[in-house]
Amino acid sequence: MKTDDLIAMLANDAGPIRPFRSVLALSFGAAVVAAAILFFVAIGVRPDFQEAMQSGRFLFKFVVTAALASTALWSVFRLSRPGLARSYPGLLMMLAPALLLGAVAVELTRIPEEQWLPSLIGENAMFCLTLIPLLSAGPLACILAGLRQGAPSDPGLAGALAGLVASGIGASFYAANCTDDSPLFVLAWYPIAASIVTGAGFLIGRRLLRW
Amino acid sequence: MNSSLRENDWAMWLRLAMAGDADAYRRFLQAIAPFVRTVVRSGCRGSGNESEIEDVVQEALLAIHLKRGTWDPARPVVPWIAAVARHKLIDTMRRRGRHVSVPIEDVADRLPLDDTAPELSASEIDRLLAELKPAQEEIVRSISIEGVSIRETAGRLRMTEGAVRVALHRALKTLGALYRDRLRED
Repeated sequence: MKTDDLIAMLANDAGPIRPFRSVLALSFGAAVVAAAILFFVAIGVRPDFQEAMQSGRFLFKFVVTAALASTALWSVFRLSRPGLARSYPGLLMMLAPALLLGAVAVELTRIPEEQWLPSLIGENAMFCLTLIPLLSAGPLACILAGLRQGAPSDPGLAGALAGLVASGIGASFYAANCTDDSPLFVLAWYPIAASIVTGAGFLIGRRLLRW
Repeated sequence: MNSSLRENDWAMWLRLAMAGDADAYRRFLQAIAPFVRTVVRSGCRGSGNESEIEDVVQEALLAIHLKRGTWDPARPVVPWIAAVARHKLIDTMRRRGRHVSVPIEDVADRLPLDDTAPELSASEIDRLLAELKPAQEEIVRSISIEGVSIRETAGRLRMTEGAVRVALHRALKTLGALYRDRLRED
């Protein structure tokens, strides 16, 4: 087939197309709804939620998880639009870890040394490691579905970033249930949970997001 | 053509196309084809014959079509086109186990356009079209003949115009998937 014939064919398929920006926004919205449904149906907020809302430690968990979700979303949005590929997401993705490490540094000055280890181990580690991946599975599917409309220069990396978006969403809901509020606990366990989701995102993305 | 004029024209045509203007879209595709060919050819650096290069050009044009939603109308269109073409070129070179040396977009942008090959034909697309369902292939082949419109195709195949449009759209998406999935075969 001649290239001119191909062009004639493609021109006949001109038509309104949904911009990738709104596709991804839509899939992010769906991801939040998916996690919210599972959370409120099966898990729910902790019993002392009202009092917890007064606690800086409790609220800061959401600062970290929201930072993770939003920086990963922005990074994968950029990565999925050709022509911006040189902007690899390195620096931006340091934000959530940096916030968390800062909070840990403050925490270490606030609590006595003998409480460091108990705070780090906490009481809900197993819940954290199972509920975060569980809450993130639906969001991961939504984000990956949206990214299929994109054109990521590196499908594996895009899948991993989708995993981080999903982890951020899943962890935001989980944090409303978990009674371990110390940044030490968040540092010890949340990243393990997130890396499970991120690894899954990488493996699925590598196949699903090729184009 | 002056490169800022080029940018303005191409961006305007693609914007119109994304609002549904088929004529603007045809102009856009015809105008960018030589540029895509230039990007591909300069990346091949002598390896690859004319027909192989045209295979990649056609694959890139289809990708530009299927992924046009990823172009942000607030950004320049030329780097976006170059990036899609480079992605397809790198993919092809890897598949064939060749060394990849692809110019960065700034260089491709300043290369003179390769206007020499409007009549070039490629064979890979015909191989892949043959994998479509027979009805889809017939519609696609009918519409690809110069000057044959959706309406004429609909009349000839006794279908509604809407049905032809839907069938064409699906066939093109399938074609994109066929290009992508060749990876596993060879």
